[in-house]
Amino acid sequence: MSDAGTLRHEDYATAGKRELLTFRLGEEEYGIDILKVQEIRRYESVTRIANAPDFVKGVINMRGTIVPILDLRIKFRFPEVVYDDFTVVVILNVDGRVIGVVVDAVSDVIALGADEIRDAPEFGAQLDTDYLEGLASVGERMLIIVDIEALVRAPELGLVDADTAA
Amino acid sequence: MTIDISQFVQAFLDESFEGLDLMEVELLREEALDREQVDAIFRAAHSIKGSAGTFGFAAVSEFTHGAETLLDEVRDGTREMTVEIRGLMLEAVDRIREMLVAARDGGEHDPARVAETAERIEAMLASAHGRVGAADAAPAAPLDAPPAEATPASGGETTPGEAEAASPGNDGAWEILFEPAPTLLASGNDPLRIFAWLAELGELGVHCETAALPALAALDPEQCRLRWRLTLEGAVAENDIREAFEWVEDQCTLTLTRTASAPAATPDTGTRTAVEDKVATGEAASRSTPAGPAAPTVPTPATPSPATGGRPVGANGAPVERRADAASIRVATEKVDTLVNMVGELVITQAMINTIGHSAEELDARAVDQLRHGLALLERNTRELQEAVLSVRMLPINFVFSRFPRVVRDLSATLGKKVNLKIIGEETELDKGLIEKLVDPLTHIVRNAIDHGIESPERRRAAGKPEAGTLVLRAGHQGGNIVIEISDDGGGLNRERILEKARAQGMAVPEQPSDRDVWQLIFAPGFSTAETVTDVSGRGVGMDVVRRNIEAVNGRLDIESTPGEGTRLTVRLPLTLAILDGMSVRVGEEVYILPLTAILESLQPTPEQLHTISGRGRVVRLRGDYIPLVPLHDLFDVPATYQRPEDGIVVVVESAEDRAALFVDELIAQHQVVIKSLETNYRKVPGVSGATIMGDGRVAMILDVDSLTRLHGTVH
Repeated sequence: MSDAGTLRHEDYATAGKRELLTFRLGEEEYGIDILKVQEIRRYESVTRIANAPDFVKGVINMRGTIVPILDLRIKFRFPEVVYDDFTVVVILNVDGRVIGVVVDAVSDVIALGADEIRDAPEFGAQLDTDYLEGLASVGERMLIIVDIEALVRAPELGLVDADTAA
Repeated sequence: MTIDISQFVQAFLDESFEGLDLMEVELLREEALDREQVDAIFRAAHSIKGSAGTFGFAAVSEFTHGAETLLDEVRDGTREMTVEIRGLMLEAVDRIREMLVAARDGGEHDPARVAETAERIEAMLASAHGRVGAADAAPAAPLDAPPAEATPASGGETTPGEAEAASPGNDGAWEILFEPAPTLLASGNDPLRIFAWLAELGELGVHCETAALPALAALDPEQCRLRWRLTLEGAVAENDIREAFEWVEDQCTLTLTRTASAPAATPDTGTRTAVEDKVATGEAASRSTPAGPAAPTVPTPATPSPATGGRPVGANGAPVERRADAASIRVATEKVDTLVNMVGELVITQAMINTIGHSAEELDARAVDQLRHGLALLERNTRELQEAVLSVRMLPINFVFSRFPRVVRDLSATLGKKVNLKIIGEETELDKGLIEKLVDPLTHIVRNAIDHGIESPERRRAAGKPEAGTLVLRAGHQGGNIVIEISDDGGGLNRERILEKARAQGMAVPEQPSDRDVWQLIFAPGFSTAETVTDVSGRGVGMDVVRRNIEAVNGRLDIESTPGEGTRLTVRLPLTLAILDGMSVRVGEEVYILPLTAILESLQPTPEQLHTISGRGRVVRLRGDYIPLVPLHDLFDVPATYQRPEDGIVVVVESAEDRAALFVDELIAQHQVVIKSLETNYRKVPGVSGATIMGDGRVAMILDVDSLTRLHGTVH
């Protein structure tokens, strides 16, 4: 699987596959479209934003740009949220906005064909699956593929003004 | 081989607007215009016409042609620049501006108005008005030997169509012999473009003569060795043809021949019935007949230009980005040169520090010394570079002021008042963003000053003042601010009437109000003291909007007035929108920036100064006033070092509505901070106007005092 990283993106594009950056949140493994990823940084202390939702950690200065940092672990209600040496921030470029997402660790880059991704099952009211694009199997592990754009546009995030999100 | 010229359209528009401004400034001069000034006006019109044609704004080009012709007559002394002609030219400037604005914003201009002005220009051209040596009263007087095709002397009603029909020999065809100089191509002219232009006028036949072409070995592709024989069928005025060759007229030999009927294939055949003259002697002929740029074609901007080839931009639906002007900036070359020099110095300093860092194995005392020197240099370079970069955004305030002579002229004429306008300090530089936001409020203040401030000549005479009022616009620096003053020597604000009006409109009026309190009333929404609502002002949509606009750019508006002597409004603005003078304050671990302009004072309150209201709200007593206490840590829900105000510091700030005492842990220092937007990647945050990056690279929030006090109101 690790040799997948040596293939160029175009090779996947012609093979009808897409590349995903996989990362860990607690015990779970997630994937996001690598084309949205701008860079990966170490977690550093943030400047808090008053009266923001709890999963919006604050903002950082990224070479002169003010970038908001979201913690997906808080967003997905993980019981344990720790910040250690492995904690990283994935900087994403979504809808022309630059945002940072805190994750436990970045693991890999993998390529998946559309047929390898299954729809996420419905959980009804107990779990919001709007941001889940689907599930995929990587060896014995399950990969949860996040629709990062839907997440950024989500009204409770307040990133996009309510009227434009509607 | 077509070149996409749409990228140049923006430059054309910028230049044309500049040209129009210049025409306006010159036309509005109080004294008689000298030769140079008339020339300047003419040149502006001429280049607008020329480039409008090139860029496919046919309507603009045609309309401007009439104005240009009239100006040309003034320029060569056949007409005088009378007040009427000045007025008409100002009107023409307005019409051209309307058309260009419509083209830029993709909107519509009013073709009927354009046609009306065009007609009046035509009428003026046809009349003897202002003609040297001709009585004004005799519009039908014989014209002083008008060259070539005579202007029909029948007054203004002649439409160009009739004029063309009336002039003899307008049927048939033109034969054009176009012999360009070899250097034609080097000057950037393209015969193809000229032919495309001609093809719009009528049926065009082009025959290229290659006889002069040298052998291939001797051929210089940059030299034009071709000549062309063109035939143009249809009723086309000679001037229209000459116009197509306007840009190359000094670089070619042009022979125009009128043929009676079918075009001749060779120069030998064909009967020459009319003029044949060389361009060199044809200057007189270009003084126009009214044919050509005329009303019938003006109101049809919606018709797509039939031109293809080199003219991809239509007059309407031109691919000009809407409001692109706000996004571009014209910068003096000098400023760019300075920037280049400074970056050069910065690179040198950087190299110097690099050398020290790499050469010494261990930094000895000497190297440390050098390094310190290098760092000091680096600091200076950086600061100078920052200043220079910021100055790129600075424009002289004349960009706003230059419109006021016109506003004052028009308005005082409408109201029957006499007003002298004095402008002082128009070279004061301001941030481009600020300038754009100042236009509306300043215009409003100026209109108000003329409408309400300056009295009618009769009243002024009765009050023992000169009949003409004086309006002074003054801009300058004062401390870290730009100060703009608008003062008039009119009647001043009427204290009694304002109070009366305010009470009548049910506004809260303090007992025994000070003058300052009274003047503040005029900033209340819906307030107007004008006895009659004129179309100029008095609708009560006014000073409150003005004040809001100015406060939106961190400015302040003050008013002073003395009855019988006049009123002065003072606008204080920050130097730039990008930089803010701020005070950093600490609350627990967090650092916030307070705009210096909002801070009145700071103090450590004594327990006696603190009071509670119904057990919850707290106030600070300061010289008899009670100011609500706003603990910043409560508002932002952050842990603070001190819970009791008497341990920390209270900063008294002034917002639009009220004052507030912000309770913080500590004042840190005063900074100039660069304002960064939070909204680019996040969203608007209540209580915060933006963010900045501190010296250590961390982000600090810039507090918005107005929204802070509102926020405080909602929390409690």
